[in-house]
Amino acid sequence: MSAKLVLSGVRKRFGDNEVCKGIDLTVQEGQMVCLIGASGSGKSTLLRCINLLEPVDDGTILLDGRDIAEPGLDPQPVRARIGMVFQSYNLFPHMTAAENVMLAPRRVHGRSRSDLQAPVTALFERFNLGDRMGHYPDQLSGGQQQRVAIIRALAMQPEIMLFDEITSALDPELVGEVLDVLRSLRAEGMTMILATHEMAFAQEVADKVCFLDKGRILEEGPPETIFGAPREARTAAFLSRVL
Amino acid sequence: MRIAVTSALVATMMASTAMAGGHAGCADGKTLEEGVLTIATGNPAYYPWVLDDAPESGEGFEAAVAYAVAAEMGFEADAVKWVRTSFDEAIQPGAKDFDFNMQQYSITPEREMMIDFSEPYYSSAMAVLTTGAVVDGGAEATIASLKGLKWGAVATTTAVPMIAGLIAPDSDPLLYGDNTDVTAALQAGQIDAALFDLPTALYLSAVVVENGAILGQFPADRSEAPDQFGLLMEDGNALKECVDGALAALKDSGALAELEAQWLQQATGVPVIE
Amino acid sequence: MSGSETTAGGLSRRAAYEARQRKRAMRVAAGSTAAVVLALVLLVPLAPGWEKVQRSFFNGEVFAKTFPGLLEAFLTNIYIFAWCAPLIAVLGLVIALCRDVRAPALYPLRLFGAIYTDVFRGLPVILVIYLVGFGIPGLGLPRPWNSPYIWGSLALILVYAAYVAEIIRSGIDSIHGSQRAAAASLGLNEKDTMRFVVLPQAIRNVAPANMNMFIALQKDVALLSFIGPVEIFRQAGVYKSLMANFTPYVGAALIFLAVTIPATRYADYLMQKQRRART
Ligand SMILES: Nc1ncnc2c1ncn2[C@@H]1O[C@H](COP(=O)(O)OP(=O)(O)OP(=O)(O)O)[C@@H](O)[C@H]1O
Ligand SMILES: [Mg+2]
Repeated sequence: MSAKLVLSGVRKRFGDNEVCKGIDLTVQEGQMVCLIGASGSGKSTLLRCINLLEPVDDGTILLDGRDIAEPGLDPQPVRARIGMVFQSYNLFPHMTAAENVMLAPRRVHGRSRSDLQAPVTALFERFNLGDRMGHYPDQLSGGQQQRVAIIRALAMQPEIMLFDEITSALDPELVGEVLDVLRSLRAEGMTMILATHEMAFAQEVADKVCFLDKGRILEEGPPETIFGAPREARTAAFLSRVL
Repeated sequence: MRIAVTSALVATMMASTAMAGGHAGCADGKTLEEGVLTIATGNPAYYPWVLDDAPESGEGFEAAVAYAVAAEMGFEADAVKWVRTSFDEAIQPGAKDFDFNMQQYSITPEREMMIDFSEPYYSSAMAVLTTGAVVDGGAEATIASLKGLKWGAVATTTAVPMIAGLIAPDSDPLLYGDNTDVTAALQAGQIDAALFDLPTALYLSAVVVENGAILGQFPADRSEAPDQFGLLMEDGNALKECVDGALAALKDSGALAELEAQWLQQATGVPVIE
Repeated sequence: MSGSETTAGGLSRRAAYEARQRKRAMRVAAGSTAAVVLALVLLVPLAPGWEKVQRSFFNGEVFAKTFPGLLEAFLTNIYIFAWCAPLIAVLGLVIALCRDVRAPALYPLRLFGAIYTDVFRGLPVILVIYLVGFGIPGLGLPRPWNSPYIWGSLALILVYAAYVAEIIRSGIDSIHGSQRAAAASLGLNEKDTMRFVVLPQAIRNVAPANMNMFIALQKDVALLSFIGPVEIFRQAGVYKSLMANFTPYVGAALIFLAVTIPATRYADYLMQKQRRART
């Protein structure tokens, strides 16, 4: 295994509020890393920084050894290599599920609709949405929408996937179908970073769990250690509140 | 009230003694305000009908005619009151705030169904206002030549049906809200020619339109589509008889013709359109 | 009135109740409307000036004589509207996009867009029509390029595009940042994000507001008559002068209403549909 993504000393501030206070994090190829922490601890911001949706103030982010946090770098090609799925799905409401999925491959990779028809249909079928391709987002349930959003990111054939609390907006009975998708991606070896409040799920599938506290990674390690025998009192306190 | 009536009577008596053969007294009880003759004009009133937009001075053809008619009806000059109206106010139903209204209103049978006109006080020649450039371009005072021009007119005037009736141009005329807009369009080259009554046309070509010219006229005594101005009154106004009597007297005595000679430029030299 | 008949038809209790309520409401509405109309029809003619008003405004003879001419003149309104509307839509969109550019090199465009909308929304339409309609041809353009149809239409286009641009811009602003973020996370550039993600939603959101703009435009076409074109309003004015009668205006108003009421209803319907979709 080699290091796919290496963050060192990543800092991000909004005005006076420093949200990331020097984050170091290494993600190996094919690893699933879970970010946990209290609301406002900076999980979403960190993911958005990796995706270059937020410009980083300081520090480096090496993707395959190349620094993508360098100021002035064109972010678009980098974003095309990193998939992201949001808590609120963010599907394009004026497009059908299939159009949502095909837009970026067509515009960014210059592929034609007919080229995309087969692989996109295959993706929809793999996640049990074969009969929903022509539906608009408001005709889909939350769980279905979130799965379409995942398909949309996957269709770009990303090297890393970022998931930002993708089950938080879902009714409890719909959470399972989305987590199944993540299990399936993990099985095929996708590199993933996941901000989550689903502690049981993190415990089950994560290769590494990072506890974020006030903009720092206070503690990281395999799930057994973090959930079983946390080193830091703060980690223990947080876990006792959420478990 | 009694004082007003008395003084009006005195004024009437004085006027009637002053004017032999006048129609003094015929207006008694028929005006808006007893002893006062309320006359409406345009806002603004134009040269040469009213000079300097000040009808009280009696200067300008219509202002002068107004005072002559008033005197004939037995009103002293200071018993004449002026008000201003638009055309729309003049024809709207309901009580009027004038006894009669004079602003070059042409008498037409259609209009007479809605309002009353006096006998005509002026027969207007219609003239073709244009620019030197159009004349240089070969326009002539013949119907054939006029047909090819682009025409304009003030929409509220009888020039509109006259263009259709006398000239019948090849393309539809453009119509405007007032004289100023017509001359602006003429200046911008959007129209070649406009039809006005001759006095207005003479004034516009001499003073307003840069390089203005009068191409020709349809003389006042034409049989086809004649244009005669009358004093406009509310339908069924009891004053009409009195006003008509006064106008007839002015015509008979030659006073009206004198005023015309005094205030309206002589139209000599303007070619007649064949 | 027995409710059992309606419930027997297989309706739920609530549906039956609501149907009864609807019928009742309709009867009440019809009754009160009829009463008001009846009162108007009976009472207004009793007013002392009614006969004169009727002769001046609702004169059957004048109406019959002038209505065909008014209809013909209305064609001019339709033509002017027909070529102005698409140009307004295009120019409005261009100006809205100008105001949204972020690249520093294009800052002049942004500035231009801002000045443009401020100026043309600040001026009365009629003033722009006079300025452009008489002013530009006055510079010495040859016919047919000095036509009041061209320059008057341009004046309408300039003014209305400013309003439409602001409406579209408010539509662009109404699209939540998360949509742009989602597009960016997929690697789409700003241009594609605008074209495929933001604009289609923005334009749909503001369609009803734009509909209202175009209804207003339909009425403002009449302002072109100030610089020469004989459209319906001017034609009505000519008839009014010739006949000293206001009935032609009533005819013109009826023709306008025949177009604008259905259009307004349609805009309302769109707006309502959108509200329902959002909730
Ligand atoms: N665009 C922004 N501008 C200003 N402040 C921001 C912005 N985005 C996030 N923040 C602030 O950064 C801090 C961290 O927010 P972030 O969304 O990263 O937290 P989080 O760990 O994802 O929380 P949650 O579990 O509630 O999603 C918060 O205090 C938030 O107010
Ligand atoms: Mg978050």
